[in-house]
Order: sequence, then C-alpha cells, then structure tokens
Amino acid sequence: MPSIAVWKFTSCDGCQLTLLDCEDELLPLTEHVRIAHFLEVTSVSEPGPYDISIVEGSVSTPEEAERIRWIREQSAVLVVVGACATSGGIQALRNFADVDEFRSIVYARPEHIATLGTSTPISAHVRVDLELRGCPIDKGQLLEVLTALLAGRKPDLPDTSVCTDCKRRGLTCVLVAHGTACLGPVTHAGCGALCPAVDRGCYGCFGPMNQPNVPALVPLLKRTGMGDDELQLVFRTFNANAEWS
Amino acid sequence: MTNRVLDLGGLDALIGVLREDGRVVVGPVLRDNAITLAELESAADLPGGWGVETGPGHYRVRRRADTAVFGHSAGPQSWKRFLHPPRRTLVTSDGNGFRAAPDPAPDYAFLGVRPCDLAAIAKLRQVIGGRKPFVVAAQCTEPGEVCFCASMGCGPAAGPGYDIALTERIDEQGQRFLATGGTDEGAAVLDRVPARRATPEDTALAEQDVQAAARTMGRAMPELDLRDLLAANRDSAHWEAVAERCLTCGNCTMVCPTCFCVSVEDHTDLDGTAERAQRWASCFEIDFSYLHGGAVRTSPAARYRQWMTHKLGTWHDQFGTSGCVGCGRCIAWCPAGIDITEEAAALTREHGGEQR
Ligand code: SF4
Ligand code: SF4
Ligand code: SF4
Ligand code: SF4
Repeated sequence: MPSIAVWKFTSCDGCQLTLLDCEDELLPLTEHVRIAHFLEVTSVSEPGPYDISIVEGSVSTPEEAERIRWIREQSAVLVVVGACATSGGIQALRNFADVDEFRSIVYARPEHIATLGTSTPISAHVRVDLELRGCPIDKGQLLEVLTALLAGRKPDLPDTSVCTDCKRRGLTCVLVAHGTACLGPVTHAGCGALCPAVDRGCYGCFGPMNQPNVPALVPLLKRTGMGDDELQLVFRTFNANAEWS
Repeated sequence: MTNRVLDLGGLDALIGVLREDGRVVVGPVLRDNAITLAELESAADLPGGWGVETGPGHYRVRRRADTAVFGHSAGPQSWKRFLHPPRRTLVTSDGNGFRAAPDPAPDYAFLGVRPCDLAAIAKLRQVIGGRKPFVVAAQCTEPGEVCFCASMGCGPAAGPGYDIALTERIDEQGQRFLATGGTDEGAAVLDRVPARRATPEDTALAEQDVQAAARTMGRAMPELDLRDLLAANRDSAHWEAVAERCLTCGNCTMVCPTCFCVSVEDHTDLDGTAERAQRWASCFEIDFSYLHGGAVRTSPAARYRQWMTHKLGTWHDQFGTSGCVGCGRCIAWCPAGIDITEEAAALTREHGGEQR
C-alpha cells in the first residue's frame, strides 16, 4: 500500500482539516493508503521514504527551510496545498514590512524568535509536483488529486478563471448584474465559484489564474466604488506574494 | 393556418397543455436580479412587468410601466444550458467494461424563445444534434441596447423552426398575444387552448410592431464580408489592442448561445468505479489549444482572435453560416464590456479597404 505523509509548515491547519473533513471518503482512503505521518490524526510517525507527501504552510523560519528539503528528498510525489504553501499565505504580508520591527513589538524576548524576513511558497525552496490553491483548499480538488495519484492518471485541475466555473454553474454575474466587485476574472478556478453563488464577489483566495490581466480589471473594480487603498488590500490578503501581474 | 389571439389566461392554458403532454416547459423567470431561464409551472412564473437595461458589461432588471411578460432582451442564460448542459456524463465503468451514460434530457418545450435564440438553437443543433425541442417563440417588439439580430438576419421576426410564435401587445384593448402555428404539432397544441380567431387588424398590428423593432436595434454589424475581413487580417495590430482590455475570462463564450466547445474530464473513485464526462470549454482557456507538448494559442491576442474569427468567419467555412445571431449576450456579460460589433467596426475602419 502506498504511504502518505501530511506535513505542516507556517499555516493555520485549515487545509489539513479539509482532509479530515472528507468524512465519507476518509475510511475508504485508509484501505488504499497507509498514513505514515499526520500529526492531526495520529502521533505515530513512520520514517521515510514516502510515496505521497502533502505539505501545508509556507516557509517562514530557518528550520522550515531545512525541513522542506528533507521532506522533498523523502517523497516520491510532493503535493502542496493552500494559499500558504502555494504563495506564502497571509503571513507573506511581512514581505512588504520590516520583520525585525514586528518581532521587537510583539515578543518580550525577541532574541528567542528565529524567523525569516519573508514567508515564501514551498516552490521557492524545492521542486513541487502538484499545487492545490485556496484558503482553504477545496475538498473535491483534494480527492481528485488523491484518486488520480492512486489510479496513475493526471488530475484535472484547470488553471482558468473562476468565471468559467461561475458560468457553468449558471450563476448570474454579480459584477455585471449587481455592480459588486469580483476578482473572478483574474482568479484561479477550483472553488466552484463559491462566493458568487452566495451573491458575493470573489475574494481571490485561489490566487492568480494562468496569465491574469489585472490592469484590465482594476478600472472595473474602481467603477464599483473601490479606492486605491481597497484595491491594494484585496490583492494583498490571501495571496499577497503571488504574481498577480 | 389561422392566427389566434390569446390573453394571459390563454398563455397559462398553453403552458398547461404542454405540461399535460409530459413536456418540461422552460421559460424566462426573474431570479437573482436577472431574467434567467427555469421550469415554468404556470404563466404566473413569467417575469410580468419586468424589463432590462443592458449595455457593454452592464445588465440591470427594471420595473416596466406595463405588465408585459416578454418585455426583456437576452439574459445571462441561453437555451444551450438545456440542449447542451454545462456538464454531462458520457461513459461510466464499474471496473468491468464501460457503459454509455443515458441522455437524461427530458422532452422540453421552450417558451418565450426570442428570434435570435431560435436561430441560435438551429445553429447549435446543427453541430450537436439531439432531439428537437418544442418551441414557442416570442417575436421581438422591443430590442435591447446590445441587440443586433437584424444585421445578422436572425430577427426581430421569428424565422423558421418554431412550433408556435407569439407576439405580445399591450394597448387599450389589454394584454394579448397573437399566436401563429409554425408546424402541425404547434397548430394542434393551439387548438386545445382557449383563444379567439385573429382579425386582419390583429395580424397587421403585430407585423407593424415587429417591423418597427427592426429599426430600433441597439447595434449593428458592419455591412461587409466579415469572413474575408477576418481571414485577411490575422496579423492586424488591432488584436493586441483588444488583448489589453480582455481579461481572457471566457465569459463571452460561455454565455454565447451557439458556442459548443467541450473538454473531456476523467474521474476515478476509490471503489474502482470511473466516469468520463464533458464540460463546457472555452477557447480563452490556455489548455484549450494544448497539443502534444504545450498550448499553441497562449497570447491573449491569439485567443481573442480565435473567438471572434470563429464566430464571424470560420464558422462559415465549417457550417455554411455565421456563428453569431446578434443576441448581444457576449457584450452585456463581458465584465470588460468588449463589444464584438465595435471590434468588427474597428477592424473594418483599419483594414476594410484591404479585403479581396
Ligand atoms: S460573478 Fe465574478 S466570477 Fe462570476 S462571472 Fe462574474 S466576474 Fe466572473
Ligand atoms: S457572438 Fe455574441 S452576439 Fe453573437 S450569438 Fe454569440 S453571444 Fe450572441
Ligand atoms: S468561439 Fe471558441 S468556444 Fe466558441 S465555438 Fe468557437 S472555438 Fe468554441
Ligand atoms: S472578451 Fe470579455 S468576456 Fe470574453 S474573455 Fe475577454 S474580457 Fe472575458
């Protein structure tokens, strides 16, 4: 049976919870894979190598930068999951500020805190085989990757706009019909157009699609009433460090 | 065939007769601040008194001064959703061989089909085939701001292909629908609906209303051979100019009532079962042009050019007709408000003299 290991880096654990959330599929899954390391589930930790490693979180400490290299060496397939692992996450806001200053304000004994000046995606450190976007990831996409890997087929993970899913789902465009700001036209598909389905604009939590045209969207967002400050905020939330343009 | 005149009660009876015959009747409804398409149980489900205001990248529903049920132009949905669903299972496997998935489509009756969409249904069925739906068309008496069916030869009068055509009129004599049978089946359905015989005046008024509509189209396509224009200008600098504004989001292809492209997806389950399905695809997706080793149309300019050239040019080579019916959906539902008639006009201005 192939072995699977789930690893946490700098993150909130939400994406690992998505795996635990696969209630109906989790038991059948354990009949097809051996869980070798998954601290949210079991304290048992088997030594490597591992057939599949799932990595959540970004690299924000010197220790993490070392550990990800070891995990890559031990893993046949490395799947990175969530906005943290794929772009650096919310904590990548530090990339635009002075971390030493943060450290001295937040901690009583800042000299005990070993941290890097940046929060970076896993792909900035090692070769990555598959990426799942989102904050958090989509359960259906996670199962798609696992069933694909087990069957030896290519997973179906479109890198197009959220709009394509929005339209297939038959939703009425909130940007065109309601004048609500929406990042769907530049955001990577995969959520199934979750936000437009509840009458809200897309927040961009899946990060940029393949070749986003952000400069073309900016005037449309401004037309909905957004100012420059808000524009900066919306592109600097979940995927601040990602290449939006 | 004699024309009939139905009142709103007659329209309700028409829906009832179609349902009695086991058809799923689909028509316009007000939902999520838009006029979309959904199953109708009675005429009360129709968007009576609601109209729309459209423009490039703009759509709003608005209250009308009257109670017209067909007083709106093309919305976010088209009949494509029913004839060619966004996702459909093709083949399943339980681990021992494959089974073709049954076509789950019911026997549809489409009610309130605008002339542009009647033409679009024909163009779509020319490509994908499938069972012919029963069609109750609603002729256009009030085109929208982004409509240009007249210049595509697809409206505002209903062309062939309908079973029944309705023309709505509201005046001092009240709200009524002139009904014309287009097929024997349509005439037989009309015979079962309470209606009075149409007078020559009823028929003349309806014709006059539809003719007037042809003169109030919001837009028009340039009057030249678009197929030649596009074929001669593959290298125009204009494609880059459009690409600066285009989000490559794919909305235009998804809302277009004739765009038929699909992509195939495979799924396997842990229990050994598998499924192959198709889903709507768009030539704005980079993977759409993936051949061995990579995609061949990666630049936004090449992708916009593919869309416009296929709709207005190479569709003629493939299917002997234009791929566009002038419904205006791609203009209204493009978040960036890119207007296919305006882009065709710009190409014509820049290169019109160079063709042939
Ligand atoms: S609501 Fe947003 S995601 Fe959906 S089509 Fe409109 S812009 Fe795209
Ligand atoms: S190209 Fe645009 S106007 Fe023409 S049929 Fe398609 S959506 Fe309608
Ligand atoms: S315009 Fe694009 S999506 Fe539409 S039918 Fe042609 S190739 Fe397909
Ligand atoms: S033309 Fe408009 S709707 Fe079509 S891909 Fe470009 S921005 Fe999207």
